[in-house]
Amino acid sequence: MKFFQLLKISSKALLANKSRSALTILGIVIGISSIIMVMSIGKGAEGLILGQIQGIGSRTISVEPGREPQGPADFAEIFVDSLKERELEALMKKSNVRGASSFNPFVIQGMNVAYGSETKRGTVIGTAPALFDIFNIPPDEGVVFSEDDVKSQASVVVLGANIKEDLFGLSDAIGEKIKIKNRTFRVIGVMGKKGQVSFLNMDDMIIVPYTTAQKYLMGIDYFHNIIVEAESEEIIDFVVSDIKATLRELHDITDPEKDDFHVSTQADAAEIVGSITGVLTALLVAVAAISLLVGGIGIMNIMLVSVTERTREIGLRKALGATRKDMMNQFLLEAVILTATGGVIGIILGALLSFLASLVLSSLVASGWTFAFPVSAALIGLFISAAIGLAFGIYPAKEAASKDPIEALRYE
Amino acid sequence: MALIEVEKISKVYGMDGFETVALRDISFSVNEGEFAAIMGPSGSGKSTLLHILGFLDRATSGTYHFDGKTIDEYSEEELAVLRNKKIGFVFQSFHLLPRTSVIDNVKLPLLYSGIKEIYWNDMALEAIDSVGLSHRVNHEPSQLSGGEKQRVAIARALVNKPKLIFADEPTGNLDSKSGKAIMEILQDLNEKEGKTIILITHETYTAEHAERIIKILDGEVERDFKVDSRRKASIDFVK
Repeated sequence: MKFFQLLKISSKALLANKSRSALTILGIVIGISSIIMVMSIGKGAEGLILGQIQGIGSRTISVEPGREPQGPADFAEIFVDSLKERELEALMKKSNVRGASSFNPFVIQGMNVAYGSETKRGTVIGTAPALFDIFNIPPDEGVVFSEDDVKSQASVVVLGANIKEDLFGLSDAIGEKIKIKNRTFRVIGVMGKKGQVSFLNMDDMIIVPYTTAQKYLMGIDYFHNIIVEAESEEIIDFVVSDIKATLRELHDITDPEKDDFHVSTQADAAEIVGSITGVLTALLVAVAAISLLVGGIGIMNIMLVSVTERTREIGLRKALGATRKDMMNQFLLEAVILTATGGVIGIILGALLSFLASLVLSSLVASGWTFAFPVSAALIGLFISAAIGLAFGIYPAKEAASKDPIEALRYE
Repeated sequence: MALIEVEKISKVYGMDGFETVALRDISFSVNEGEFAAIMGPSGSGKSTLLHILGFLDRATSGTYHFDGKTIDEYSEEELAVLRNKKIGFVFQSFHLLPRTSVIDNVKLPLLYSGIKEIYWNDMALEAIDSVGLSHRVNHEPSQLSGGEKQRVAIARALVNKPKLIFADEPTGNLDSKSGKAIMEILQDLNEKEGKTIILITHETYTAEHAERIIKILDGEVERDFKVDSRRKASIDFVK
C-alpha cells in the first residue's frame, strides 16, 4: 500500500476522535516545548556571558596567581601572592615574552569613597593606563593617568559614571578632590555609562594607578592579576607559552603540575562557559525528557485502547486482504502522526514562550539578553517526537497486526 | 472445472489434551460458475469450513486446491493476496466501516490490491452501480437501511472482480423484502456474470436458492445434493 493512502487512513482515524487525539498529544507538546525553551534560554544565557567575555577583546590574556583551581573545594591555592613587581618586570622583558603589546597589573577591592559629606561604596581597581584601551572604556571627560603617574604613585583617579553622579550630581568633577581611605585623590577623568565589562560593573569603578592602590589603599605588594594584551590573535598561543616559560624559570618550576600561577585566554573562558551552559542545558533537557517518556506512555495507552476498539475494523481489513504489515504500518503511522503533530505544536509553543521569556529577561534582568532559537533544537525536537511515536506505537501496532481475523470479526 | 476442491479436510482444536473436532474428513468440490449452499445448524462446523475455504484459517489435515493450486503451504502474506484478489466476502452483520462513505467502503479492498489509485473511483462506482446504489454513493452506513448496507457489502465484495463470493448468512439480519433483494442480486451475479457463489446458511429455505446444497452436521458432510425445485428470488422469496 502506498504511503499517501496510508496517511489518509491514519489521519482520518485520528480526526474521528479529535478531542482524544488532542489530549493524548498534550504530554508530547509539553515535553517538546520545554526542551525547546530550555535550549533556547540556555543559548541566550551563553550568548550573554560570551558577550561579556568578548567585551574585553580576544587578544587578552590573564595571568593569575596560584595554580588553576581543580574543583570547588580548591580555593586555598587561589589566593597566593606569587605575582609581584619582580614577575611583572621579567614578563615585560622583550627577550622573555615576545609579541605582547602591554602588561597591566590588576588589583581590586571594594572601598568607600567620599566627597565632602557624600560617601559612596565602590570598587577600587588599580591598574596601568593600557587597560582603558583593552576594556574599551576611554573617559568621557578628562584624561586617564599616565605611565609617569604609575611610576610616581600619583594620587589621581578616574571615576565610573555612577560614582561620579552620586558624589557630584550634575556638577563638574574634573579637578575636584575626593577621599579614599583618608587619602586625597584628584579626579582627572570620568567615564560614561559603560555597564558590564568582563562581569565588572564599570559604572561603579574607581580606577587608580596600581602602584598607588597597592601602597596606599590595599597595603599589598602583589597583584591579583596581570592582564596581557597580545599584538594579534594569531600569536596568542606563543605569548601564553612565553609567559609560562618565563614564570617557571623565575620560580624554578620544572613540573608544570606545580605551577604557582595560571594563564587563561578568552578562548579558554569561552570554552568553559560553553561547557558549563552545555552541562546545565543537558541536565534540564534530561528533566524535560521525563515528560516525553510520560507522554509516550500515554500515546501507547491510547493506541492500545484504539486497537481494542477497532478490533472489528482490523478483522475486516484482514479479511479483505490486508497483511500483518499493512495493519502494523497503519497503527504505527497513527502513533507517529500523533507524536509528530505534538512535536510541531511543541516547537512552535516552545519558541513562542522562549521569545516571551527573552523579552522579560532583557527588560528585567540583563539588557544584553537576546532571543536565540536554535534550529538544531527544533530538528531534534521533531526527530525525538517522531521517534517516540515509533517506540511507543510499535507495541500497539504489533497487537493490531497479530489479531486473528476470525476472532476480530466476531468481536463485539 | 473445479474451482474449489477439498480432500479429507479436518479441523481439530486442541487444548492440553482435550481435543474438539470441528470438521472431520470433509471432501467435496465446487465448480467454477456454480451456486452452492453450505447448510447446517449452528455448531455444525459450517463457519469453520467457511473460514478454511475463505483463506482465513487452515485445516489441521487434508488438502485444499483452489483454482488448480494447492494452497496448504501458502504463507500468511500469500493467503492475504488470495483473499484480496480471488474472493469476496459478504457477512451477516455487513461489517462496513462507520463514518465512512459508501464509495470509500467499497474501495477498501482496492487499498490492498496494488491497483493504481486513479482506477479506484471507476471500479468502485461500477460495483456500486451493479447493486443499484448509485444514488447513495456519498452516504454513510448510518444513513442506510439494512438491505442497502448489505448491498454495499456486496459491491465491496465485487470491486476487485473476484471469481468467488462467500456469502455468510447474508439475509440473517434483514427483513424478508430486503432479504429477497439480496438473494436476487446473488442469483443475478451467478447467472449473468458467471460468479461462483458459496452461500452459508442454516435455513433450508434460503439454501434452496442455490443449485446445490452441501449439508453439514457435527463436522461431517451429511448430504450433498442438487436442489430439485430451485427458488428464484425474483419470483418468490418469502421468509
